[in-house]
Amino acid sequence: MIKIQHLTKQFASHAAVDNVSLHVARGETLVLLGTSGCGKTTTLKMINRLIEPTSGSIQVDGIDVQQQAGPELRRRIGYVIQDGGLFPHYTVAEAIATVPNLLGWEKDRVQARTHELITKLQLPETALNRYPVELSGGQRQRVGLARALATQPPVVLMDEPFGALDPFTRRHVRRELFGLNELKETTVVLVTHDVSEAIELADRIALMDKGQIVQIGSPDDLLNRPVNDFVREFLDEKPIRLATGPAH
Amino acid sequence: MQEFFTFVKEHADKLLEQTLTHIGLTFISLLLALLIGVPLGILISRRTRLASSVLGIAGILQTVPSVALLGFLIPLLGIGIGPALVALFLYALLPIIRNTYVGITEVSLLVKEAARGVGMTENQILTKVELPLALPVIFAGVRTATVINVGVATLAAYVAAGGLGEFIFSGIALSNVSMMLAGAIPAALLAVSFDFGLARLQQLSVKKLRISALAFLLLVPVLALSGFLARGNEKLIAGFAHEFYGRSDGYPGLQKTYGLDVRPRLLDQNLMYEAIHRKQVDIISGYSTDGRINAYDLLVLDDNRHAFPPYDAAPVVRQATLNRYPDLEPTLNLLAGKLTDSVMTALNYQADYQKKSPEQIANQFLLTTGLSKKPAPGERPNTIVMGSKVFTEQYILAEIYRQLIEGHTKLRVASRTGLGGTQICFDALRTGSIDFYPEYTGTGLLVVLQPSAATLKNLPMQPKPVYDFVQKQFQAKYQLTWLKPLGFNNSYSLMMRQDQARQLHIHSIENLVSYLKK
Repeated sequence: MIKIQHLTKQFASHAAVDNVSLHVARGETLVLLGTSGCGKTTTLKMINRLIEPTSGSIQVDGIDVQQQAGPELRRRIGYVIQDGGLFPHYTVAEAIATVPNLLGWEKDRVQARTHELITKLQLPETALNRYPVELSGGQRQRVGLARALATQPPVVLMDEPFGALDPFTRRHVRRELFGLNELKETTVVLVTHDVSEAIELADRIALMDKGQIVQIGSPDDLLNRPVNDFVREFLDEKPIRLATGPAH
Repeated sequence: MQEFFTFVKEHADKLLEQTLTHIGLTFISLLLALLIGVPLGILISRRTRLASSVLGIAGILQTVPSVALLGFLIPLLGIGIGPALVALFLYALLPIIRNTYVGITEVSLLVKEAARGVGMTENQILTKVELPLALPVIFAGVRTATVINVGVATLAAYVAAGGLGEFIFSGIALSNVSMMLAGAIPAALLAVSFDFGLARLQQLSVKKLRISALAFLLLVPVLALSGFLARGNEKLIAGFAHEFYGRSDGYPGLQKTYGLDVRPRLLDQNLMYEAIHRKQVDIISGYSTDGRINAYDLLVLDDNRHAFPPYDAAPVVRQATLNRYPDLEPTLNLLAGKLTDSVMTALNYQADYQKKSPEQIANQFLLTTGLSKKPAPGERPNTIVMGSKVFTEQYILAEIYRQLIEGHTKLRVASRTGLGGTQICFDALRTGSIDFYPEYTGTGLLVVLQPSAATLKNLPMQPKPVYDFVQKQFQAKYQLTWLKPLGFNNSYSLMMRQDQARQLHIHSIENLVSYLKK
């Protein structure tokens, strides 16, 4: 579904992404994992051309992204960011209708789809006329996802989508959202620095460091067959800390 | 208070018209500022490198005092609505540009990225996300600009653009408190109510705000036009100074004596000559010794029915001051008869047209009349305070007096030049804030003494009887002394451009009145 070849992004002082190649299969959830500054977000944003690559190529569904105008490309790719990235002046209904309206959908169709989504995402009907400030963090995240899924795009990109939530809500919302059938059929690329989130959600994880992929494979591969100490330490870090936490 | 309400009732028509003009001036300029300021604000939010210079320039414009700004604009745009609108526009610009810029740049980066991320184009991001979110901030700027403009628009009366300032400036010139308040109170009420109304709009929810902002924008041109429907067509346009328009020996006198009936533009007296020269007005209320009469080829209309009394210039001095400094009176009287009409006109011409400084002119004059004397060195423990009104002739006279007194006596002279009008000068003199100033007999008679109609009827409007009358009355009522007349009669007079007067066969005020009535 997504094919990235020799992708490089050179900033003035350093290469943020350095010769990255990877494939994402249809319906697969790929997690880009790593510390901040490792190049995972830059890689993600080059897929929908929020950032233009220095060299290399990206194909989505067999078409080079450079052949399409940025805004049109992005309308066909779902995009979810921290706290939903909602517009403060759009109600929930308007937020969900954002992309359908940009694509010029009929009113009835937009309405039907909106109702379908809020049912699936367990948002109350009364929330439709509320503004983001009137919602809880978890609700905002659901609305953000509903906006991204409104037109049933084949690909959804998520940039630290649960970053603004407290750990408890985060686990809860995450489990619930990724349980949705709609998302199961969609190709997802998700960026996170949270190891347990990656392990829970990913079909495959690409662990990045200094602009390069250190290891790509299933969570099981990375946990049990790390290619080097960096991978081992990165994946171990959290569970060990958690395990030894009470002893301190 | 009673007086004030009577005044308002009597002038309700005019008050309404000027209020509408005031609102019109405020909102036309606001509309222009919105049309230029909002796009400019958007532009600099895109090219942040331009931001500091654009905001810097708008900020500098904002700090230019309004009177000075009008002064700069008059040579470029003449008088009337033009310079007033431009000045108001420039003042409204900064709050609008700045708030548009700040409003847009303060939209959170996360929101802007989300907008790009869902596939909005640059224009869609601007119109669907940035501008709606910036709207409350932009609106706050509009509110600031509106309040500033309501205040500054009072100054439009300086340049014959009308508005509530007309009452304020006429009121100040005539020391008529009711008239002043009739302008000041509505102006203050306008500012407060616009501020309050816009503040209420600002507190509305995002959606309602969008609707009301739109409604407001549609309303602005309507408000803007409201002031300019009342203007009629006239054969000849009169431009009068605020003081002339209200003084009994000014326009009301002409109405009584000749039945003259015009709707004059009121403007600052120093701008009248420029205005008639540029053909923006056709008749002005000038002074017969003004240097610009020759310079601009103007015709002084004959006043054969003597609507204007004689205005012989002479220094008016506090009797107490004369008693304390015995050498003051003979010194001031050295000038008696030395300044004839033609001499004074020539001196005024040098200042107004040849741009010589009053100091230079005074020095030259004293040299040629042999009155010049180098000030004696040494201590000068005693000071006398001299006043003057705000026009060229008075500045020159003040300078002549200063050099004369400092040359011939051991007194030090402090000047309080530029005292607004007759009433202000006279009050300053009576209360002892100044010791003397040059006044004109007709003005002393009609503005200060204001004798009954019966007394006036028996008083021949000739130089000598008028001088004797004011001299006696001032001495008796106020212990003020009129010293010997300087020699010239600076009468109020109506003036037209020579060529136009010739074409219309107008030589006198009688001719003018019958032409206007045709």
